[in-house]
Amino acid sequence: MTIYMNATYLLSAVGFILGLKFMASPAKAKLGNVVSAVAMGIALTATIFWYITADITYTNGLLVLGLLVFGSFIGRFLSKSYAITQMPELISLFNAFGGLCAMIIGINEAALRDTNSLFLVDKSILLLGVVLGAASFTGSIVAYFKLGNKMKWNAPPRAFTTIAILLMLSLPFLHMLAPIDFNFFYLTAVLGGLALIYGLLFALPVGGADMPVLISILNAVTGLATALSGIVFESTIMLLGGILVGSTGILLTAQMCKAMNRSLATVLIGNRKTAKAGNSVSEEQQVQSISSAETATLLAFSKKVAIIPGFGMAVAQAQKECFEIQKRLETAGAEVNYIIHPVAGRMPGHMNVLLAEANIDYQYIIDMDEVNHKMRDYDAVVVIGANDVVNPAAEEDENSVIYGMPIIKAYNAKQVIVLKRSMASGYSGATNTLFDRNNCRLLFGDAKSSLLQILDELKKI
Amino acid sequence: MESFYLSNIDGIYVIVFSVLIGIELIKNVPAVLHTPLMSGANAISGIIVIGGIIHLLTLSISDVSSIVAASLAVLIGTINVSGGFFVTHRMLAMFAKPKNKQ
Repeated sequence: MTIYMNATYLLSAVGFILGLKFMASPAKAKLGNVVSAVAMGIALTATIFWYITADITYTNGLLVLGLLVFGSFIGRFLSKSYAITQMPELISLFNAFGGLCAMIIGINEAALRDTNSLFLVDKSILLLGVVLGAASFTGSIVAYFKLGNKMKWNAPPRAFTTIAILLMLSLPFLHMLAPIDFNFFYLTAVLGGLALIYGLLFALPVGGADMPVLISILNAVTGLATALSGIVFESTIMLLGGILVGSTGILLTAQMCKAMNRSLATVLIGNRKTAKAGNSVSEEQQVQSISSAETATLLAFSKKVAIIPGFGMAVAQAQKECFEIQKRLETAGAEVNYIIHPVAGRMPGHMNVLLAEANIDYQYIIDMDEVNHKMRDYDAVVVIGANDVVNPAAEEDENSVIYGMPIIKAYNAKQVIVLKRSMASGYSGATNTLFDRNNCRLLFGDAKSSLLQILDELKKI
Repeated sequence: MESFYLSNIDGIYVIVFSVLIGIELIKNVPAVLHTPLMSGANAISGIIVIGGIIHLLTLSISDVSSIVAASLAVLIGTINVSGGFFVTHRMLAMFAKPKNKQ
């Protein structure tokens, strides 16, 4: 019987690896997701079959099945009840669930084990799993609320973080030195509680623009918690799945940091001080505005147009109007491209998903690095709800929060039109020096209605 | 059952090779796929739900507090798994739509 279980676990392990491999290539990504899901189904089914033995009442089996079915329905419901613009929020929510699950399972395991016979290393693995799961849970919840703009908490003093870490490190030693008074289960529960607080302290200072990095690293943390539980439960498939998620998550985090030209340390420490300094300048900005009719005229006479989408486009759901304008300009003989910054929006690939939703073909979408040196060729660049990713302060102003981040050199184009709702700064809080430039004009209003107006004006021309 | 897997050299092999495979798998992922990949990986990490299932199937139903905790874990973990895969599917489905050719 063992051989069957191991064979099915091996099958699902191969499924996970192939699934992740396929998910890394655009053409096979969808298949990859299905393969991973099937592998998960196989692993869960095998576990149930293996553990349902004669001594177990049917009640337990029915409970498991009921929970699996019910949980699947809730998951499916949640996955459909959020708009496509809110995907990053949803991912952090699901990650929070994963972390909470790891924490509960770990604490439960601590309650069930005969702790006197546990080796020190086993206890440490269990504790670490609980701590990582708990921190990932509250950290992801913070990310969820920050992404939804539902929370404007200030970063807590660093001293709190230090205290939490010191407590988390010292409590296990107290347990080791005086094991009689301090039961292992209580230690696990208390450490879990501290880790919940630590997760908050960890995530709060991270700036809104750095949310993708935070989510990615918390995802990796959940993976590691899973792997540690895999060791506790002696389950190779849990270990392997967790480690795969952990290692891909860490690598993905590194890739994102590279795209933003920031070190992981600066992301995690946060940028509280400089953000304020940047804001004070904004009052002095002199900007030139433009009407939608003027914009339409300008676009009509442009041979080469680039559209730079940002989070504002996602909020306004203006991608379909973008496509309409693209079609109209193309029939008039212009060339239209979309330039996407690797971290535009709230997640890498966020903009690509949106443009794909509007049926905009891959061939029109260009990566920042491919066009940055020939931005001068563009007659007009329309920035839709993007801010930080086109802010020249990243190149010029050493005091700016975003200094050093690679940007799309939109300022090099002959004319830049920025569609904006208000003069509010971007997610990083930095003042956008692009708006001061002579070749930049601002079209105020909701991106969708502005684009519709431009479209109307274009039809008249 | 009391000693964990780590004492076994096989476990260390699994860890080392999984790390290497993980790095190799996503070394050259285009930025477009970062979000779906993160979401898919998140669903895979939901495999931790197996721990809860093992608890539920090995515990006596009369052990109420542990059964309740394990049930909660299984429910939450399943939401993570199914929601993660469904949401990834939803995101990727957008790329698979028939493309316009002018």
